[in-house]
Amino acid sequence: MLRNALRNLLAHKLRLLLSGAAVVLGVAFIAGTLTFTDTLNRTFTSLFEDTSADVNITPKAAFETGLAGTGVTSSESSVPESMVAEVAEVDGVALAAGFVQAEGVYLLDRDGEPVGTGGAPGIGTSWAETDEQLGIATMVEGEPPVGRAEIAIDTNTAEKTGYGVGDRAAVLTPGPRLVAEVVGVFKFGDDGGTAGAAITAFDLPTAQEVMLEPGQLSGISVISEDDVSDDVVADRISDVVGSGYDVKTRAEQVEDGAAALEEELSFINTFLLVFAGVALFVGSFLILNTFSMLIAQRTRELALMRALGASRRQITTEVLVEALLLGLAGATSGLAVGFGLAYALKALFGQIGLTLDGSLRLTVDAVVWSYIVGVVVTVLAAYLPARRAARVSPVAAMRADLVTHSKPLRTRTLIGVALSVVGVAALLAVTLPEEGSGLLLALGAACLLLAAITLSPVLAVPFVRFVGVLLPRLAGKTGHLARENALRNPRRTAATSSALMVGLALITGFSIIGASARASVDELVDDALAADYVVSTAIDQPFSPDLADDLREIEGVESVTQERYGVALVEGEQDFFVAYDPATIEQALNVEMASGDVQGMAGNGVLVYESVAEDRGFVIGDELEFVMPNGESAALVVGGLLDDNAPIGPYVMSLETYDSTGGVAVDRSLYVDVADGIDAAAVKAEIASAVDAFPIVDLKDAEQFKDEQRGQVDQMLMLINALLVLSVLIAALGVVNTLVLSVIERTRELGLLRALGMSRRQVRRLVRLESVVISLYGAVLGLGLGIVLGFTLIRFLRADGLTETAVPMLQLVLFLVLGGVIGVIAAALPARRAGRLKVLDAIATE
Amino acid sequence: MTTVEQDMSEPRTTGQVAARCEGLRKVYGEGETEVVALDAVTVAFAKGRFTAIMGPSGSGKSTLMHVMAGLDEATAGQTWIGETELTTLGDKGLTRMRRDMVGFVFQSFNLVPTLSALENITLPMDIAGRKPDTAWLDTVIDTVGLRSRLSHRPAELSGGQQQRVACARALASRPEIIFADEPTGNLDSHSGSDVLAFLRMSVRTMGQTVVMVTHDPVAASYADRVLFLADGRIVDEMADPTADRVLERMKAFDPASAKEA
Repeated sequence: MLRNALRNLLAHKLRLLLSGAAVVLGVAFIAGTLTFTDTLNRTFTSLFEDTSADVNITPKAAFETGLAGTGVTSSESSVPESMVAEVAEVDGVALAAGFVQAEGVYLLDRDGEPVGTGGAPGIGTSWAETDEQLGIATMVEGEPPVGRAEIAIDTNTAEKTGYGVGDRAAVLTPGPRLVAEVVGVFKFGDDGGTAGAAITAFDLPTAQEVMLEPGQLSGISVISEDDVSDDVVADRISDVVGSGYDVKTRAEQVEDGAAALEEELSFINTFLLVFAGVALFVGSFLILNTFSMLIAQRTRELALMRALGASRRQITTEVLVEALLLGLAGATSGLAVGFGLAYALKALFGQIGLTLDGSLRLTVDAVVWSYIVGVVVTVLAAYLPARRAARVSPVAAMRADLVTHSKPLRTRTLIGVALSVVGVAALLAVTLPEEGSGLLLALGAACLLLAAITLSPVLAVPFVRFVGVLLPRLAGKTGHLARENALRNPRRTAATSSALMVGLALITGFSIIGASARASVDELVDDALAADYVVSTAIDQPFSPDLADDLREIEGVESVTQERYGVALVEGEQDFFVAYDPATIEQALNVEMASGDVQGMAGNGVLVYESVAEDRGFVIGDELEFVMPNGESAALVVGGLLDDNAPIGPYVMSLETYDSTGGVAVDRSLYVDVADGIDAAAVKAEIASAVDAFPIVDLKDAEQFKDEQRGQVDQMLMLINALLVLSVLIAALGVVNTLVLSVIERTRELGLLRALGMSRRQVRRLVRLESVVISLYGAVLGLGLGIVLGFTLIRFLRADGLTETAVPMLQLVLFLVLGGVIGVIAAALPARRAGRLKVLDAIATE
Repeated sequence: MTTVEQDMSEPRTTGQVAARCEGLRKVYGEGETEVVALDAVTVAFAKGRFTAIMGPSGSGKSTLMHVMAGLDEATAGQTWIGETELTTLGDKGLTRMRRDMVGFVFQSFNLVPTLSALENITLPMDIAGRKPDTAWLDTVIDTVGLRSRLSHRPAELSGGQQQRVACARALASRPEIIFADEPTGNLDSHSGSDVLAFLRMSVRTMGQTVVMVTHDPVAASYADRVLFLADGRIVDEMADPTADRVLERMKAFDPASAKEA
């Protein structure tokens, strides 16, 4: 049986190639997506695993504030340097070293621009002896830095800037600006990955001076003796340093890091999961479709074997063995191709400035799913026609003019309509209440997607008829024939187009959300910005308050409002707060109040989003306890309720409160208001030159500010689209596959047309037109579906600031055109093949 | 059988020849696997005549037709349709020639399943972008007796009806010559004689030229002239054939007596 199955596989090389290609494509998509998402995840997690000491001692945080390095830290406390000696005395400690680490330290490249501000922070650190021993960082060239005039940089940064040992470079710190010689280049972690961050290392005294204060440390890292467990050492250290400090073993640090990461990246994880789901779906679909297209051919063949006396069992066994071989081979190559795809995606991300350090790794998930889909789906897809063949009477199946009598589409229509009703109802329910549930949204979207796939063959007929009216006019008989071909088997037309539909639906949905987000940003800036200029870094990195002071000196500048923020436990729940000077906030921002006055934030007052206040039962006059991460607390009185669409929130406090609770003295944004009736241009020039002294920040007027905000939306969309492009690519290849199959299936008919005098060009055009019609159908369905999903999502997200709805018409038209273009491109190969058919061979094919 | 008196002298002037070939040779394969399908065949098909080509399996009768119709390339020799020499034409020229000058009737009907009967009939002209001659089309349709079935798809027609549609398609564009490859091979005898009678009528009353490959002596008896092929050569011909005479002649091709040919 095995030999027969093998022989059968080889006997139909092209068919084997095409159905194999479907398996490879489907599996490649899945493997590529899973591998890539794994890399994305590990890019962040590896930072924790590689960079933890055996035991770390840090000031106790009142609560976990999430992932360090997100810029949302409001207050820091420190460890006295004297503690290092105490810790070193502890039994079991091999080495203890203090370290200083802070954000907001930027190395300037040769053009005076800060390195790595495109999406990652600049980090300053002290060079600790323990680092090298722990493998956190390894000096690969030069010496550790000594004194103010020397620094060391990480390998990524060295590569980006071209700095090497002996070069001089400027460094911006929260304190002074330094010019120092690069004396060392070190590799961070195992693979040098810093998730894009630029790391500058100083010696300890310099680090203390520029980032903290002399005699103080960010923490102490400890290497324990080999024969003592980290837990034991940590316990002993805890006894020595007391309860004011967190003493964590490596395992605990990694765990904390991972937990924080999970929260921070939950959106990305959800998205990637959804995407993996889409990949699984599209991949399986592609395989099933391709096999279903071979049914007619296959059915006849199997029926012949039945007629020759093969038992059902024999046929089933042969088909299954065949499919198993094909599935195994396809899944294995698919896995390899998918790995290549992930590699390409990683390179693509690198191109747009998002370096992924996590090396590509074949995960168990990717392998398991690849084989599950590759083998199981293939076997299933091959089994169905076999079962069918067993049911058809051999004689009927062998008739030369076997027409695959398609079952009526009635059941399908009913199921499809029912699914769409459920889907639409779920989506409507999402948009109705104030806060829809995400689960309902997912259910609605899934139902609608399934409904679209189910109904696709039903809708294909009227669509092709409608569009097809044009074809005969455009291309005469060829157009007419193309239309009839697309209509011939609506199931196939639908199946061919559905992968494209799914891809375009997703892209369309995200485009609408993106356009709406951009429009919302514009609207928000227009409504909210009262100041003339905004000064900030591209990604809300902190910068020195010296700039605000400098700007206030300029004549014509009416006010400079500093913005700082952080997280606090508000009555036991962690939330985000912003701090301004109440005296000037109204010159900076238009803050819409639901009740009370903006000035309610002055002194120990605080403003709260109306919805938050409602949820938590706060009313004006209530006293709320704010606990900062450093353990300091303040009792703040609710002085007013912010409109939910206000640009700031959920809590707004005074700068005074922020400072008195130990907030770090770094600014996140400055709002500069210029006095009326003076020479605006001259003032702007002066402001610009003051800002130029701080290369990490930019001066933006309202338009530029909008552009920058939109830019953030765009970058996010780019990431999403990079993944979606993959799905469209796979879909396009699926169309190619299907078309080649249908050309083969119609070899005879195409040969006849050639015999009757159709030129090669006409035959090519015939195939191409059919392909365009099918692709356009997929594109139109996808657009429709994407628009519905996009609108629903916008309604769903309106509480999160998506207040405007914008439809990027031009983009949608482009997608439609793209659908047509994919049709043309996908048809290139099959059309060529069709054109090259030898007339006689084609007619002789039986 | 044929009762009409025919002028049996071979018309040799080019004006009266629909298609001809000279020294036609066709070889398949190379070296040891070489098979000579046609060996120095020279033949002419007169305009307005119905010619049948007969021969045992492998005699080269289908190859002769394919090469003369421009569906296959000759290894050596020349072929003409009307005044046009096919052997010098490229794919484009051959395509145009097939479209404008040749009609085909195949054994397995070969209709386009997505098109109606009428659309199938006018397909060659549609491909060429020409308007069909309505009066002629009406004549053809009435002759094949398919007027009531014009809007049906091939799957809704019987085998005989499908083959009549195929005949009408071959006739509709008034080609120089019609090649029919075993047109009755897939039909029962009743439907088959309908088709043959129609082909003969198209020659007699419409002045068409038909060349038909067949192995059925009865089918051959409808023709004005029968050519016998064996081992790639024309070995005999017969005017005004009857089924019995043809059958008698075919018996001579029995393997035992093949050498005499």
